[in-house]
Amino acid sequence: MTETGRTLLWATLILALVAMPLAVSSGRWIEFLEFTLFVAVLGQGWNILGGYGGQYSFGHALFFGTGAYLQALLQFKFGFSPWIAMWFALAGGIAVGGAVGFLSFRYGLRGSYFALITLAFAEAFHVLSRSFISITEGGRGVQLALNQDPERALAMFQFNFAGPFLRAYGFYYTILIILLLAYAATWWMERTRFGAQLIAVRENEDAAEALGINAFRVKMGAICMSAGITAFAGIYYTQKFLFIDPGIAYGPSKSIEALVAPIIGGLGTVFGPLIGAIFIHGLGEFAKEMIGLVWADRPGLDLILFGIILILVLGFAPRGLVGISEAIWNRVRYRIRTLRSKTDA
Amino acid sequence: MDFFGVNIPVYSWETVLGSAISGVFLGAIYALVALGLTLIYGVLHIINFAHGSLLMLAMYAVYFAWVYLGLDPYLAMLIVVPGGFAFGYALQRGVIGKVSHGRDEIILLATLGLAIIIENSAQFFFSANERQVQVRYDLDGIDLGVTFAVYPELLALGGSLLITLLLWLFMVYTDTGKAIRAVAKERRGAQLVGINVEHIFAISFGIGTACVAAAASLLAPTYTVHPQSGYLFVLIAFTVVVLGGMGSFVGALVGGFIIGITEQLGRLYLGESLGLITISAIFILILLFRPTGLFGQRAP
Repeated sequence: MTETGRTLLWATLILALVAMPLAVSSGRWIEFLEFTLFVAVLGQGWNILGGYGGQYSFGHALFFGTGAYLQALLQFKFGFSPWIAMWFALAGGIAVGGAVGFLSFRYGLRGSYFALITLAFAEAFHVLSRSFISITEGGRGVQLALNQDPERALAMFQFNFAGPFLRAYGFYYTILIILLLAYAATWWMERTRFGAQLIAVRENEDAAEALGINAFRVKMGAICMSAGITAFAGIYYTQKFLFIDPGIAYGPSKSIEALVAPIIGGLGTVFGPLIGAIFIHGLGEFAKEMIGLVWADRPGLDLILFGIILILVLGFAPRGLVGISEAIWNRVRYRIRTLRSKTDA
Repeated sequence: MDFFGVNIPVYSWETVLGSAISGVFLGAIYALVALGLTLIYGVLHIINFAHGSLLMLAMYAVYFAWVYLGLDPYLAMLIVVPGGFAFGYALQRGVIGKVSHGRDEIILLATLGLAIIIENSAQFFFSANERQVQVRYDLDGIDLGVTFAVYPELLALGGSLLITLLLWLFMVYTDTGKAIRAVAKERRGAQLVGINVEHIFAISFGIGTACVAAAASLLAPTYTVHPQSGYLFVLIAFTVVVLGGMGSFVGALVGGFIIGITEQLGRLYLGESLGLITISAIFILILLFRPTGLFGQRAP
């Protein structure tokens, strides 16, 4: 596909997302879209490090949870404005990313070992957030006060009692803005020298070093950017649900959600995580509806599907849905071209 | 002593020793779970992320054998161990080997995918309720002076040691065991002398799963089973394997005991919740400063 064609396609997709509330008015659909976009942001965070950098983290909940907890605790304990707390939460997420990255990359952990150490750090934070009750409220979690004053809805970053538009679409546009920022940053990164170096490190670290690339610095940059985007997803989560606890923040489910979407959508592509998130959550929701007709609502089915699709994609389409659609497009274009040359002759 | 609201008490040596002894019993189970993991790592060079969910699945098998067939959990071993072997063999031959095309990072993600499928299938079919096998002898035992050891704990210790010994004999004296060690050492060379590497991979995965199935039988009288019950064990098993050295049998055994004792002492001094931090701390420190572990030879 040509560069212009691709840009046009993505511009259409983004426009469709921006205009979506015009087309759907049901609250349930907006909730579904919000959740899908949230996973797409989480996935982009993972994709920077895992997809572009080839460093598979199994503990991205670490950055999500740190962002979410700081956003909640700074408001809960110190009465920060959410708009101020946000920057500290973002910085905290990046700092944790930098610290974990520094330790892991400094000591040369790769492959399985890198996956293990991220998992270990996430679990350590899980235990700590559950144990230091005087700081984090422990297993009970942090519950933020609900703002009931419509005047202060925007100031408090809570839309439950805001005007009709914000109440219905406030969080949808919040996550959409975060998504656009994260995706623009990724798109830009792909075109910089840094992005090219990151891909070189993924393909062959030793060869990249031999060419004079400082692999340690490149990987540090990637994990900080990755952690920042993931922490933003945590900030959104806290504001949306006004609640966070150790299991949600640092449990394994967020780490898994973060990596499934980009792998299925297409590793190391700007829109892979979004495509993956839309595909799996659309399918998951559909499956839930179907099973709900015959069986009582039971949890787990959507995740079984994600696992199956994950394995199928790993085995048969390593470039994900983006790769599949590009292959199909190329074949179609080839057909058209051969047909054209035949009619010309 | 007070540390951010966490109270660190002082205990008599009897209490500490008693706690350490119960750590030895706990460590035996960890060693057995880690044994399967370390074997798979030694041969395939990947961390099997589905290990915990396979343990959970085996625990369900033991539970259902008890409910529907009235089988004692220790007798159930006669069914779940061969069953576990067959399941593991089929999983490697039919799924992991098929999708991975021999690429390590894909094997890693494929085992994670399997873990997601197995765990959520358990959630879907068996619900999140906690279940436990009830045996008549679960509170009987021997008084060791500083602590009281119940029979399930003693059997777990004896069973783990016996299985480790059997596995070691198998690896040293049988042709299949030698072939497994050959593949672990030099994959290409083993292929050249006519060893069917795919078959050996699957055998190793099968034995690893069989170890987990045996562990499930030994765990059944003392632990509840629910869809997430494998997760905690697998994290600990990862720590044991990394501590002992990836691929090392002795390491898994020694590491299991160290982690078991550390965990119990951690719980004693730091409390039920924070006590688990000792495991994460050991895990991180070993990964950073000695990734080959205590007995491992190969650098990552």
